[in-house]
Amino acid sequence: MLTDITLGQYFPGNSFIHKLDPRTKLLATLIYIIAIFFAVTPLAYGILTVFAAVVILISRVPWMLVFKSLKPIWIIVILTMLIHMFTAPGEHIVFTWKFLSVTAEGIDMGVKMAVRLILLLLFSSVLTFTTSPIVLTDGIENLLRPFKKLGVPAHELAMMMTIALRFIPTLLDETDRIMKAQTSRGAEFASGNIFQRMKNMLPLLVPLFISAFRRADELAVAMEARCYRGGEGRTRMHELVYASRDYLAFALIIILAVGLAVLRWGNICVQ
Amino acid sequence: MSIKLSNIYHTYSKGTPFERLALNDVSLEISKGEIVAIIGHTGSGKSTLVQHLNGLLKPDKGSASIDDINITAKSAEAKTARQQVGMVFQYPEHQLFAETVFEDIAFGPRNKGFAEDELEKQVREAMAFVGLDYDTYAQRSPFQLSGGQMRRVAIAGVVAMKPDYLVLDEPSAGLDPRSRNAVFKEIMSLHKSRGIAIVLVTHSMEEAVKYADRLLVINTGKVLFDGTPADIFKQHADELVKVGVDVPQVYKLADLLRKNGLAVKENIKDDMSLVKAIKQAKGWK
Amino acid sequence: MISIKNLKHYYTDADGNEVRALDGVSLEIKQGEFVAVIGANGSGKSTLARHLNALLLPTDGTVLVDGMDTEDESKMWDIRQKVGMVFQNPDNQIVAAIVEEDVAFGPENIGVPGPEIPQRVADSLAAVGMTEYAKHAPHLLSGGQKQRVAIAGILALQPECIVLDEPTAMLDPQGRKEIVGTVRKLNEEKNMTIVYITHYMVEALAADRVVVMEKGHIRFMGTPREVFSRVDELEALGLEAPLAAKVASELRKSGVKLPQDIITDEELAQALCQ
Repeated sequence: MLTDITLGQYFPGNSFIHKLDPRTKLLATLIYIIAIFFAVTPLAYGILTVFAAVVILISRVPWMLVFKSLKPIWIIVILTMLIHMFTAPGEHIVFTWKFLSVTAEGIDMGVKMAVRLILLLLFSSVLTFTTSPIVLTDGIENLLRPFKKLGVPAHELAMMMTIALRFIPTLLDETDRIMKAQTSRGAEFASGNIFQRMKNMLPLLVPLFISAFRRADELAVAMEARCYRGGEGRTRMHELVYASRDYLAFALIIILAVGLAVLRWGNICVQ
Repeated sequence: MSIKLSNIYHTYSKGTPFERLALNDVSLEISKGEIVAIIGHTGSGKSTLVQHLNGLLKPDKGSASIDDINITAKSAEAKTARQQVGMVFQYPEHQLFAETVFEDIAFGPRNKGFAEDELEKQVREAMAFVGLDYDTYAQRSPFQLSGGQMRRVAIAGVVAMKPDYLVLDEPSAGLDPRSRNAVFKEIMSLHKSRGIAIVLVTHSMEEAVKYADRLLVINTGKVLFDGTPADIFKQHADELVKVGVDVPQVYKLADLLRKNGLAVKENIKDDMSLVKAIKQAKGWK
Repeated sequence: MISIKNLKHYYTDADGNEVRALDGVSLEIKQGEFVAVIGANGSGKSTLARHLNALLLPTDGTVLVDGMDTEDESKMWDIRQKVGMVFQNPDNQIVAAIVEEDVAFGPENIGVPGPEIPQRVADSLAAVGMTEYAKHAPHLLSGGQKQRVAIAGILALQPECIVLDEPTAMLDPQGRKEIVGTVRKLNEEKNMTIVYITHYMVEALAADRVVVMEKGHIRFMGTPREVFSRVDELEALGLEAPLAAKVASELRKSGVKLPQDIITDEELAQALCQ
């Protein structure tokens, strides 16, 4: 059944990582991603990997679950690796096949890119495993607020995300129901070529869109009736506040980033 | 000629923490020509049950057949058999999609393989059954009709497939009393003229006793009672209340009259039959 | 509390015809009163409801809420805070993916200081008996529970009047009982003014006054007893009288002498069995 799909991949818990402010986690993830691109030496990659592993360990999200989240993108990882291997310029040719040649530099590049991608995905999956989508929305809204003057509609974006989170399960239920109703009328959704299939989807998509529009309409009226008038003058029940653990987390992630920067550019200076 | 379910089990979200047994060893037979009401509170398993009647859901265990053809099979024969059961879901107007009323009603029959020249006849008949004038409405957009009319179009779309069995899930939900009565009048006339079986899923005990010859009371995924409305409400009134099924208002009133010494007969269907029973008991003509 | 004078609402439908949804409605609703509005689909009862908190504005005539004209734009948000509205479809009025967040939505909109909101949310959820569901996801609740959350969302705005527009039309019997019980409690214990729109006659029995509408007009009104004993008139409007009233009326028609105002089972039993 469609309703089996759980939204996001939030893994409820009570760990140090779970308790961090969503803004801390968002910013830390951003800093980590930047730090990944500071890394060139195996030592740097080692440090990054250990850091990610420790964070996952503290979050108490099962390893199995974390690796599972890599499953849908391993093809991209391998593809990136291969492209780099075959296209990176280099002098030390390892082997040649027809017009393609693989160099030692290419292998080095390919493996590094793959490791970077994996680390990036692992670390950001910790963010989504330990933060419920609702809290994440709050964090994003809060972080975007200063950019309002530049025309970033922080409140509107957050409200859209909130409503989407609320209505995705409802619309999935609805999809399931309409599909069953049309199947009972002899509709086939999975046969024929691509054009036939698209045509076959109409009895599902048209009612689904109509329903979504009707819901949007009714929701808009209901929101107005509850005195909604945009983000201006709005308060929040739970204002986000940084705790001491957030400062600790910031300290650690900044030390990591600075350390990696020193490892890289410090070396250049010495040379 | 019947729909037969034998020892059906159905579990949702199998193998996840949300696993839930919705049907627990359900066996029943619904014969052509019957009017059966399926009642039970929300979450009792009745919606899951009716989805097994035309193979929308596959049982974990047990078998389902229509006119002795196993409908869980993948054969063409099984598909034809499944289409003998018309299914009208709750708020069926939410499934309308075509540009005209005609096209929407013709969708089912066309899928079922009716020839194009036969289609018009089917659509005309189905529209007549639900009380919509063909010349006025066939070429209109279904989305410009009133709520009650949209519901009729949706029911016509299932009726036009000429099913032998018609399952209706809360066909009167959200309608006002006038439209409610009209929809039921149409369903009953369909039953009479075509002799098809009607399976009515409802929360309204009034509707169940008024229209059905047989009640199936579902609770915690099992068939709790199976019998005539009069027998079930007479013999099991207390158990019914416990499982969240209300005794119909006419039964309550008739019961109260009996307690006060007026011997009105059993087997009352609705307000008018109660009036008759009171007159009888009083010796008025 | 609410004063409606000669209210008219006309609009043009998709085919270009003028529709007179409300055609001269006058009604006074007193503070603390429980008014039920009944009528068939298309009688104008929902249109009337939407005028009570300025979701719709009159074509002609006036609607005053505590003396504030709904057409006065500067008063619009005060009016909406005073007169809350609960709609038919419980799904389409819940905004947030967690119950307590949704109840907080209204107070956040009117700028209640953050630290005061949790108390309002807790009080509102308690008033509808949903305290233990504060952290639940709305889509996993039953229809009756969702509708109670919607009522809590309105209560959190601390209104004086709640308008409920067919709140039970999409609910099962259990959910209907929950809502009717909740509404009665709010009226009796918190002296909340209630305008309750429905086509289930039984639900209107608890009201102080029943208003019967047809084609944009108020046909008649009175206490439930006065209204529900007019069985034939109700049926002519496409409505159903309570069972006992209907049976009594049929018996009277065939010459049996019974009091005019029977509406409950007990009254009928007493009249027949004395």
